[in-house]
Amino acid sequence: MANLLELNNVNHYFHLNTVHETHVLQDIQLTMKEGEFVTIIGGNGAGKSTLLNSIAGTFPVTSGNILLNQEDITKKNVVQRSQFISRVFQDPKAGTAVRLTVGENLAIAACRGKKRTLSRAKTAKNRSFFIEKLKGLNMGLEEKIDTEIGLLSGGQRQSITLLMATLNKPKLLLLDEHTAALDPKSSHIIMNKTKELIDQQHLTTFMITHNMEDALNYGQRLIMLHQGKIVVDLDETAKKNLTVADLLTLFQEQSGHSIQDDALLLQ
Amino acid sequence: MLNFLTHLPSIFISSVSQGFLWSFLAVGVYITFRLLDIPDMTTEGSFPLGGAIVSILILQGASPVISTSLAVLGGMLAGLITGLLHTKLKIPALLAGIITMTGLYSINSRIMANSATLSLIQQPTVFSWFEKILKQPHLSIIILGGMLLLILLPLLYLFFQTEIGLAIIATGDNLTMSQANGINTNSTQLLGYMLANGLIALSGALLTQQKGFSDLNAGIGTIVIGLASIIVAEVLFKQKPLLTRLFTIVLGTVVYRLILAFILELPIQANDNKFFSALFLAGCLCLPLLQQQEKKLKKGVTYHG
Ligand SMILES: Nc1ncnc2c1ncn2[C@@H]1O[C@H](COP(=O)(O)OP(=O)(O)O)[C@@H](O)[C@H]1O
Ligand SMILES: [Mg+2]
Repeated sequence: MANLLELNNVNHYFHLNTVHETHVLQDIQLTMKEGEFVTIIGGNGAGKSTLLNSIAGTFPVTSGNILLNQEDITKKNVVQRSQFISRVFQDPKAGTAVRLTVGENLAIAACRGKKRTLSRAKTAKNRSFFIEKLKGLNMGLEEKIDTEIGLLSGGQRQSITLLMATLNKPKLLLLDEHTAALDPKSSHIIMNKTKELIDQQHLTTFMITHNMEDALNYGQRLIMLHQGKIVVDLDETAKKNLTVADLLTLFQEQSGHSIQDDALLLQ
Repeated sequence: MLNFLTHLPSIFISSVSQGFLWSFLAVGVYITFRLLDIPDMTTEGSFPLGGAIVSILILQGASPVISTSLAVLGGMLAGLITGLLHTKLKIPALLAGIITMTGLYSINSRIMANSATLSLIQQPTVFSWFEKILKQPHLSIIILGGMLLLILLPLLYLFFQTEIGLAIIATGDNLTMSQANGINTNSTQLLGYMLANGLIALSGALLTQQKGFSDLNAGIGTIVIGLASIIVAEVLFKQKPLLTRLFTIVLGTVVYRLILAFILELPIQANDNKFFSALFLAGCLCLPLLQQQEKKLKKGVTYHG
């Protein structure tokens, strides 16, 4: 099968040519097949978010190129890439517009990848579609369709962001520690919803997590990032037989640090 | 005081008529300041621009309606320029507005054939027809202004209910989320700037025709008038949906005119007016905080240190 995503020799520096220069992504070579669900772990500051942001187009990478479906998207910005790529952020506040209602937020997400026009954003038709989708979350959020997002809890907001990201099927779904800011119970619920939505739509997914168990339990492939380099890349079979303890040892071997030094949390 | 009371009916009616015409400006400021979350100083240039365009065109014999429409277009162009400075050249919003405002001063002066004021006495205005029939200048302003508001505000509301309109609101609410959902936030900000400054120039054009002259310096303090009207509306009517909010801004503008008229009646020197207006504005702005404190006290919750 053809590669859905291809990163060729991607390097990224912050504050290039200044005293603050940091080489955050170093010669990243990565391919993802269509339908693949990849989890990614690594210590604080390893460059995980930067890797995700460079795929999303938050900033132009310093060098290298990025292909999506064989098309070079290196020079495209976030808005242009959003046609194919959707994402859920770590901060539950980041993914939704607070002053708009749940329905209005969904209406905005429903236009992702389409041209916005002067037709009504909220119609009876898309309303019943949104209610169906909200019911699918099993959280009673269909009753909150006219509630301002700002009045909802972090977990509720994160599930709505997840729904928004998958409302129009994206070619690639990016998740950046999207359960990290939630309490363990909500975090668990959202992880299950995530898996459900990914399985239903066969989404190609790239998920950063700080939770080793989640990294092992979800997805078909596991990548470990350390100091801007991919140091471990395990396929489904290799991953299947791995325990959290194995993962910790692996991490220690690769990074030369014990897990306590790097705030890789266990939950 | 007695003097004030006998003046009361006329003060009231002139505040309402003035308030109606100023509320186009307040709604324009609301679009940038509240919906887009951008402080736009272009206001102080696009308001007199509206007046300059309408006065020179009427003096050249153009119809008042066409002159007013062109004034609106002029305001939109001014908004477009600030928008481009901000979105394309990445100049911070506050500075971008100040740059346009500064440049507009010279442009307005040119439009007004290098004079500081242009008189429209004896010239036809959009109010002429109503005045002829009603024989009451203030009443005709209230009727024409009221009709315009009744048409424009619902239209504006409908626009903000469209996919593009909602995208503008989302842009002001959460830029990251908007871009992640494919909203070209440069375009939405440009649109907002144009819409806002079109309304502000409309306000300038209408008030110029009502007063009977255009004034190169009419823009000074207009941003404060807009903000004060919005704040009065928000203090008097909390948490309203958009359509209601737009109409409460009209009420807020009228109330603010009334307060200004009251300050004018105070036994103070003319130049001290602005000081009291500023004092009033500061009072309004900290009112929500005072109300919060009151609530806390009632609940018996106090904070130390
Ligand atoms: N916008 C930025 N500007 C400058 N430095 C940044 C920026 N974002 C991240 N960095 C730096 O890049 C490194 C990697 O950060 P990040 O990708 O957020 O790591 P992770 O998500 O793995 O914890 C860190 O050293 C961080 O300080
Ligand atoms: Mg991160």
